[in-house]
Amino acid sequence: MPEILYPALKDLEDAYDRYRDDPDFSEELHAYNRGYGGRPSSLYYARRLTERAGGGKIYLKREDLVHGGAHKFNNVMGQALLAKRMGKERLICETGAGQHGVATSLAGAVLGLKTEVYMGSVDAERQRPNLFRMELMGAEVHEVDTGSKTLKDAINEALRDWSANVNNTHYLVGSVVGPHPYPMIVRDFQRVIGDELKSQMMKKEGRLPDHIVACVGGGSNAMGTFYPFVDYDEVRLTGVEAGGSGKGDAASLTEGTEGVLHGAKSLLLQDEGGQITETDSIAAGLDYPGVGPEHALYRETGRVQYTTASDQEALEGFHLLSETEGIIPALEPSHAIFTGMEIAAEMEPEDILVITLSGRGDKDLETVRETLT
Amino acid sequence: MNGVSGRIQKVNREGEGAFIPYLMAGDPTPERSLEYIEALAEGGADVIELGVPFSDPVADGPTIQAAGTRALASMGRVEHVLELVRKVRKDVDVPIILMSYYNPILQFGEDQFISSSIRAGIDGSILPDLPVGEGQTFLQAASENSFETPLLATPGTDRGRLAKIVENSSGFLYLVARPGTTGAKDGLRDMTTRAIGFVKPRLPAELPVCVGFGLSTPGQVAGVIKAGADGAIVGSAIVEKIGEGDGPEAIERFVRLLKDGTRV
Repeated sequence: MPEILYPALKDLEDAYDRYRDDPDFSEELHAYNRGYGGRPSSLYYARRLTERAGGGKIYLKREDLVHGGAHKFNNVMGQALLAKRMGKERLICETGAGQHGVATSLAGAVLGLKTEVYMGSVDAERQRPNLFRMELMGAEVHEVDTGSKTLKDAINEALRDWSANVNNTHYLVGSVVGPHPYPMIVRDFQRVIGDELKSQMMKKEGRLPDHIVACVGGGSNAMGTFYPFVDYDEVRLTGVEAGGSGKGDAASLTEGTEGVLHGAKSLLLQDEGGQITETDSIAAGLDYPGVGPEHALYRETGRVQYTTASDQEALEGFHLLSETEGIIPALEPSHAIFTGMEIAAEMEPEDILVITLSGRGDKDLETVRETLT
Repeated sequence: MNGVSGRIQKVNREGEGAFIPYLMAGDPTPERSLEYIEALAEGGADVIELGVPFSDPVADGPTIQAAGTRALASMGRVEHVLELVRKVRKDVDVPIILMSYYNPILQFGEDQFISSSIRAGIDGSILPDLPVGEGQTFLQAASENSFETPLLATPGTDRGRLAKIVENSSGFLYLVARPGTTGAKDGLRDMTTRAIGFVKPRLPAELPVCVGFGLSTPGQVAGVIKAGADGAIVGSAIVEKIGEGDGPEAIERFVRLLKDGTRV
């Protein structure tokens, strides 16, 4: 990380230490999560999907029902409230699929903080509806035309903005990536997914699930889902990365090598010279050449299994969930749906599988329609 | 005393500030950048800072990003830059310091980078995204090999942090003139003058302070030298001219003007 950001990262770490266990702060966040965000999100038994797989019982953790249409809300609300307490007047963020930009924009609007969003021009093109949503909520969107014009370039540009405006601006990082303390803070705000899932499952089934599946780009919905379960060895955890079209992929954990990007040492898609390579996925939200460093650790220890689903397979998951359950998923969790179906098919009827449905698919309708013509 | 700090101190003893121009290795082609590097030396550069292209240069503004994109076609690997310096060294004896993001160095291997650089005639390196505290193995290995490692301090750096940065810096202390990324700006901010005044008394005699980020004119160069800096670094203003197609002669003239700014 550039030295210029050191004081801001230190301030953020100090502020987080001060507020993480502060009852006032927790109360305020909890109130927004419930009243404004619609939490807890439901844990839904997908009967027809279960029948289709013909194996274990499939539950969906419905983050698509959270305000803004994705799990991004959880992290954004936490960080925006923290920024407000730190006296920041302005939020900036990067966005790939646009879900994190939408979430940051709504938090900025409801808390009265000026919001600017950086979005790669390739992503802006394929996620127009989300761009318009951000603007409707008062955010200013900057399209980024450098590099691969996707998520990593949006992060580069947000970091440059932050370097110039560290005093009044909070950089609201959208995933478990970037320099310390971001991976920790984002994980802690996202673990509400796994915490709710655990108590909901105990109520419904009286036990923990056998297997949990979530998609991984930067890795925030997967980290939030998995983290409360890492100490329960009987629960298998599977992360699904984007296998892309066959020409390339965005699978840092399954294909990457160790490197340093955006202030974190993790697994990266890079060439032999250490240049970061361009990613390829139908899901803009998975198009990141790195991954959260804690995922790299779980891969190394073997606690989480990581696999890939291709663009084609994700589309299969997308249509399957739409047709069997009347739920149109985002293309990102469609990867997890495909892999989850394969896993469920191999399970016994009394076994339980949970798939985190991290977001809804409205933003992807155009992308999917183009694949049908 | 040799190398970068030795050269800066020698220039200072002669009553001048050091002038350190920057350009991107391989911009726009290896052959052409060789001519530009020679032009920097001819124009009076006291030290030359040579950028290593990287796909994701987060500390750089649009001018140097664009140069990096042009150069990546031919200089995507550290080896290519070392090869270029070996050619430069046939004619140029000005100390050379590389400016590189950390990931290409990590992939090349820290120890191998230091030894290969020294063999190629490079005096040290600046790694803008490897701050003190995270780069200890690299800084240790560099120090053992007398490979100079200027670290960056900013106007927002506090006393405690500065002490750590100074302790681990060699060659010079790179004082960032203002918040933000690299890029030419008008005027000289009070912030920069104050930061020089804050930093200078906290440095050991053998560590000069050089100021960069946003300097683009002889007047700004003169301003930081008058404020007490031992040297001035100009990058984007030179890179911009190269990007616009100015030839080596024009760059040499521009460098001569900037160097004049250090004689105050």
